[in-house]
Amino acid sequence: MNWITNYVRPRINSIFSRRETPENLWSKCDSCGTMLFHREISDNLNVCTNCGHHMHITPRDRFHALFDGGIFKEVAVPEPLPDPLHFRDQKRYPDRMRAAQKQTGEKEAMLVGIGEIGRTPIVAVAQDFSFMGGSMGMYVGNAIIAAAEEAVRLGRPLILFSAAGGARMQEGILSLMQMPRTTVAVQMLKEAGLPYIVVLTHPTTGGVTASYAMLGDVQIAEPNALICFAGPRVIEQTIREKLPEGFQRAEYLLEHGMLDRVIDRRKMRDELIVLTRLLMKMPPPVWGELPAPGDAAPPGQAPAQP
Amino acid sequence: MTHYLDFEKPLAEIEGKAEELRAMARANKEMDIEKEAAALDRKARDMLADLYKKLTPWRKCQVARHPERPHCRDYIDALFTEYMPLAGDRNFADDHAVLGGVARFDDKPVVVIGHEKGHDTQSRITHNFGMARPEGYRKAVRLMDMADRFGLPVVTLVDTPGAYPGKGAEERGQSEAIARSTEKCLQIGVPLVSVVIGEGGSGGAVAFATANRVAMLEHSVYSVISPEGCASILWKDSEKMREAAEALRLTAQDLLQLGVCDRVIPEPMGGAHRDRKATIDAVGKAIGVMLKDLSAMDGKALVTARRKKFLAMGSKGLAA
Repeated sequence: MNWITNYVRPRINSIFSRRETPENLWSKCDSCGTMLFHREISDNLNVCTNCGHHMHITPRDRFHALFDGGIFKEVAVPEPLPDPLHFRDQKRYPDRMRAAQKQTGEKEAMLVGIGEIGRTPIVAVAQDFSFMGGSMGMYVGNAIIAAAEEAVRLGRPLILFSAAGGARMQEGILSLMQMPRTTVAVQMLKEAGLPYIVVLTHPTTGGVTASYAMLGDVQIAEPNALICFAGPRVIEQTIREKLPEGFQRAEYLLEHGMLDRVIDRRKMRDELIVLTRLLMKMPPPVWGELPAPGDAAPPGQAPAQP
Repeated sequence: MTHYLDFEKPLAEIEGKAEELRAMARANKEMDIEKEAAALDRKARDMLADLYKKLTPWRKCQVARHPERPHCRDYIDALFTEYMPLAGDRNFADDHAVLGGVARFDDKPVVVIGHEKGHDTQSRITHNFGMARPEGYRKAVRLMDMADRFGLPVVTLVDTPGAYPGKGAEERGQSEAIARSTEKCLQIGVPLVSVVIGEGGSGGAVAFATANRVAMLEHSVYSVISPEGCASILWKDSEKMREAAEALRLTAQDLLQLGVCDRVIPEPMGGAHRDRKATIDAVGKAIGVMLKDLSAMDGKALVTARRKKFLAMGSKGLAA
């Protein structure tokens, strides 16, 4: 070890040595195995250019691609009690939290943003599967409630991107109580006459599916997303038979009447713009590259003709 | 008493011995065993009190699942009159894991809904061990809607290992059905009281227990996941259910502290199955008190209070 690395304090060190570019410039598609250049992946919203497989995308990256000019305002989420049950499995819950925070650079598994998409003002909330499996605990519940309250206050539609393994076991019954809590949030939107659009992404399972993720006015899913209450392994163990091809995948749910649409992530933004404008009785959108919001027409006003 | 739990084995031995002595005395009239048998009885009673004084969370799970514990139908038969079962979700089927209908409680018409586990092999299969399919939740939604329309209070009895994880259940929208049932619980403008009488298994329980008042029997449990399920995910070993039960804080006593449960209904010494009648009476009394508490509130106040209650949940943690 060199004296200077010893001399610089670890915290400062980590700031200086933070990589701006990913170490692995190339990565492999989980589905078809094609080697993809990192720029190619991010330009394509983490969708494989070869087979169209939808890989995970973080809420921040998703919001950058979703909002006009990549600009959004992050909504502060009320902090819940940390570790209310003093939960300990093989590790302590606070240790697991710290590890997840370090790994993702995020505070928790949900991000709330307000901004415009195609000059349409919205509130968006997205779940981060890379943060402890996106699991629903107090914070996720608070985030959804905060998002719904913002939407009601501003009179905007709410778009929710779900991705979760289910409830956060480390918060025990309090994670389960997020089912009724988030349902109250959905009711606030409905009573205010505001659209609530759910985009289910891979995977959305358990208590998340059985509450806010299934209560949308419009239910959209990304291709091949696993969407279920009980996972396929649990079901196979219960009924002891092989499940059909594509069981519990987005297309299967669409066929069974559980979804409105299955949409490619690269077309999602355009669809959401059209949908929200229709539901909000706004004039049709203006397509094309738009400048960042703020300097142009105020939201809600009719856009200029092309 | 035929069914002893594993931790009751020493008790089973003593009670067995007492029974043996009495059987011998019956065969041979000259033997005087009363003193000895009484001593054994006393010993058994002390041991029972000792065992149940401080049940571990895992033992509580075992007691909550005891096959001889009174089930939904027992409560309905004993506490409600003129029970008129209503069936079906008007869409696909009638789910026998969920019982429901109109009845009278304390001479007042109410709607009662609950999970039924069954009491022998045949009835357990009929009721699918209390694991509801989407039709069960949709039937509940229909009944709650009706209660709302006619201004009848709703009483729910929760006793389920969880919603049924099956192929058809998933295809017909298990998650959506649960979400709608929870939503309906939050919407109805009539008093909604719930009693966890055995197992409160995850989403399948929430769908009925999003109530103005939630009571739990002393040895019932209510959890986000079964201890076995939690152990196999977090410990990677389903045999660690004791540790998982401990960590999950699923007992009525812990949930009272967390504000998830509003009242704990004491059980007879040795658990509900040792004195079914006393248990049922205690539950009836609790339902009566909870309904009376809410009787002065109008529909809007009931909805607002219910929402506030759940929004505030989680602001209280457990003491270290």
